[in-house]
Amino acid sequence: MATKGKDALPPQPDPQALSESTAALLRELVAHLRQNRTQLREEWARRITRAQLLTAMTEEEIFAEATSVYDNYVEALETGTFEALQAYARNLSERIIPRGVETHEVVGIVLLLRDVLARSLFAKYHEDFDKLNRILDAYEPAANRIANTVAVGFVQERERIIRQQQEAIRELSTPVLQVRERLLILPIIGVIDPQRARQLTEQLLRAIRTNRAKVVVIDITGVAAMDSNVANHLVQTVEASRLLGATVIVTGLSPEIAQTLVTIGVDLSEMATVGDLQGGIEEAERLLGYKVLPLEELTPKA
Amino acid sequence: MEVPILKQGHYLIASIQSALTDADLSQLREALIERVGRFRARGVIVDVTALDVMDSFAVRTLRDIAHMARLRGAETVIVGIQPEVAFAMVQLGLTLKGVSTALDLEEGLLFLDHQAQLRIERGSGRIDRG
Repeated sequence: MATKGKDALPPQPDPQALSESTAALLRELVAHLRQNRTQLREEWARRITRAQLLTAMTEEEIFAEATSVYDNYVEALETGTFEALQAYARNLSERIIPRGVETHEVVGIVLLLRDVLARSLFAKYHEDFDKLNRILDAYEPAANRIANTVAVGFVQERERIIRQQQEAIRELSTPVLQVRERLLILPIIGVIDPQRARQLTEQLLRAIRTNRAKVVVIDITGVAAMDSNVANHLVQTVEASRLLGATVIVTGLSPEIAQTLVTIGVDLSEMATVGDLQGGIEEAERLLGYKVLPLEELTPKA
Repeated sequence: MEVPILKQGHYLIASIQSALTDADLSQLREALIERVGRFRARGVIVDVTALDVMDSFAVRTLRDIAHMARLRGAETVIVGIQPEVAFAMVQLGLTLKGVSTALDLEEGLLFLDHQAQLRIERGSGRIDRG
């Protein structure tokens, strides 16, 4: 029957006629979707819950979102323009991404809607396969484009957020802190790539100048792995700091990093290293001539 | 351009004011080494704050000054290396090994005073043992 339907579809030679008949079919389709709005979107929301999609949202929220997605969907089918849907998809993504909604869920719900609507079309036109075929010919490309628009909108929004966060991390990632007069600490956390290493060194050198630091403690407890590039950069940072008159103490080398550095043969003999941050700060205080005592040792005994 | 060399107590201060040619650098080295003897200086400070580039010849000359002055009885400290210059130097592998450095002139003077203090303490220690 389906084959017969396809054969019966005439309009390939005349695209104008095709688009006109497509428009008429879409109008009919939209009318059908408007008419069955309540029932269809309820069915859709039910299927979403059953498929355990959007688990981060309550049922009421899912239904509310389903309603607006449905209306936007029908509108996109009706007008053939996707700008409003695109804007809505972006707005929706903005709201649901922070709640931990995943890409597969968004794609899943759009495909579910497509499925629910297609089933209702089957139900409506099951007696007239020829008509059903033509309706589906009009519906499928539009539905695919809608699914595409929503999914791409979601992914783009996600990527935008990721980019924004990367920026934020980059800005936050290298705090140079003064803990005592002329003593700076530079805690490094996470992965060091060449760009970050460079930025780190520049910030440290500038901070040494502005704070007139004499000792710097670089703590790399939070660095999980280190390769020869990063190690060499660290050595360079130590050397550059020395040229500005500051002594660098490196603390918190993990056993793994210590083994890696010795295995790959990085020469760290010029570098002062202390086991942990506390030891590093104590060593720095000693270099600066500080001595930290408990208060009772300072107050004379009564 | 000739670099002015000032005498301040036991120290000589050479303050570089502009980019120097290789000949100027050699001239500075000779003048400093000669004056260390003439003024019986115990310390030499070379201030490079005004330099925004340092090539390998400049770095080598500074290192030579430090080593030669030490042979003549004076400690040398290079002060005022700019952060960008320091970064460029280590990337080129010009690291002034074995030469003392300090942030600025003030730090350089404190460093030399501290070195002198150490020398006195070591000296007195020897007398105590004797």
